[in-house]
Amino acid sequence: MPEALSQNVIWALGVIYGLLIVASVIVGILKWRSPGKATTELSRRVTSWWFMITIFTVAIVTNRIVSTVFLGLMTYLAFKEYISLIPTRPVDRIILFFAYLAIPVQFTFAHLNSYGLFLVFIPVWMFLFFPMVMTLVGKTEGFLRAVGTLSWGMMITVFALSHTAMLLAAGPSAGPAGGAGLLLFLVALTQFNDVAQFTWGKLFGRHKIVPKVSPNKTWEGFLGGLGSTMVVAALAGPFLTPMPFYYAALAGGMIAIAGFLGDVTISAFKRDLGVKDSGGLIPGHGGILDRVDSLTYAAPVFYHAMHFFVFSGRI
Amino acid sequence: MSRFLQIIFFALLVRPVLLLILGMNVRGREHLPKKGPAIIAANHNSHLDTLTLMALFPLRDLHLLRPAAAADYFLSNRWLAWFARNIIRIIPLERAGMKKNPLADLEATLDRGEILILFPEGSRGAPEQRIQFKRGVAYLSKSRPEVPIHPVFMHGLGKALPKGSWLLVPFNCDVIAGPAMHWPGSTADLMTGLETQMNALADQGHVPSWE
Repeated sequence: MPEALSQNVIWALGVIYGLLIVASVIVGILKWRSPGKATTELSRRVTSWWFMITIFTVAIVTNRIVSTVFLGLMTYLAFKEYISLIPTRPVDRIILFFAYLAIPVQFTFAHLNSYGLFLVFIPVWMFLFFPMVMTLVGKTEGFLRAVGTLSWGMMITVFALSHTAMLLAAGPSAGPAGGAGLLLFLVALTQFNDVAQFTWGKLFGRHKIVPKVSPNKTWEGFLGGLGSTMVVAALAGPFLTPMPFYYAALAGGMIAIAGFLGDVTISAFKRDLGVKDSGGLIPGHGGILDRVDSLTYAAPVFYHAMHFFVFSGRI
Repeated sequence: MSRFLQIIFFALLVRPVLLLILGMNVRGREHLPKKGPAIIAANHNSHLDTLTLMALFPLRDLHLLRPAAAADYFLSNRWLAWFARNIIRIIPLERAGMKKNPLADLEATLDRGEILILFPEGSRGAPEQRIQFKRGVAYLSKSRPEVPIHPVFMHGLGKALPKGSWLLVPFNCDVIAGPAMHWPGSTADLMTGLETQMNALADQGHVPSWE
């Protein structure tokens, strides 16, 4: 049953480690030339990247079950951060418990590639189930806030991020590097786009896009990230996906735009609550939700684009 | 033997559960005592409070930690009593009908150079609602003025496992430790100082509404 890991995935991981070494050297030089708070922070971030990329690598090279469990755990941590940040009601503890239980169910549907169940379980069944239990429990003060925040959190974390596991399950239509190749394409480009946007923004950023939500996001950073991500996508696409370079570049563009939107959406949510970071799990990065914010948009957008155009054979 | 069991219990059960099911954001870890004698004064929301505080210390220092706990609750049955005495290593406190000096056991703990964990709120109370500290901590500090008091604010565990519930629901929790205090010369000053410190620590965290 375990599908053999494609050689292309191994090569791509090799390239990522190469980039990581280059980044470590650059940051090391920066830190040496101008020691201070900013470069220390940057170097903590790079150290965290080593850990995150290594955990991710182990997860995807082992086998698909391990990969899916890993993605489920990551989603669980993101959902837990969300639930811990928002106002909640003691009476809803039992509902939150069920919401946690929905995570393994959703990832099981993804693992089995049951597209229909995967699509309806959270947006239909859980959507109806939460308010039902709350109604039967019978506390109406704060009902709308509780059911609204829980449903949105379930969608933006669990439903959105479970699309990563759905990519793994794509089977033979996934192309030369299998589902793992698609997942790597999505995750690596999303994270690359974050770093590219950050770097372009630091170097050339002048015009703010959404100053009230995320003052560090500039048009220069966004467009620089978009361009860089499209170039990398065009190069990597033919190895990791069934797409020729031009479609891969378009997919990279979608990932860059969706990644940006995910990032600012989570920023808006955090700003509303008055927190800077969603947690403290990853030194230099914040919480899990801070790290996967871009993926909350990029994963569903990329998966559904692949499903509609590529897996179906339309292009 | 029980020291070995204690280390096993914390290394294989408490720490993994706290890491995966709860997830602690610890701030001010450098303010925690590195050796005894010392008093840790924390707010109390859940049974998990004691385990969480103990899990913040290196395994080799576990045996120094002595949580003060209600005798009537923790020694109420044989199994719980064994666990409380040998694994958590509580200092049992009689809540009612005290005859001799009620602080004697706590003073003895400090005199042995151990780290005493106190919950001056007295009881877990309503989850995530702080109540005024009782003055026992001040009387203890007065009799052992050289022992530092380390204030610790905790939030979130009362949501994960509140009083009266057996259903553990995952929540991230904050543990915020502040700089150590010493006996300021009067009970009132100590109580006000602790209160101010706890408020300041609570303000550092993000405490969403829970009602």
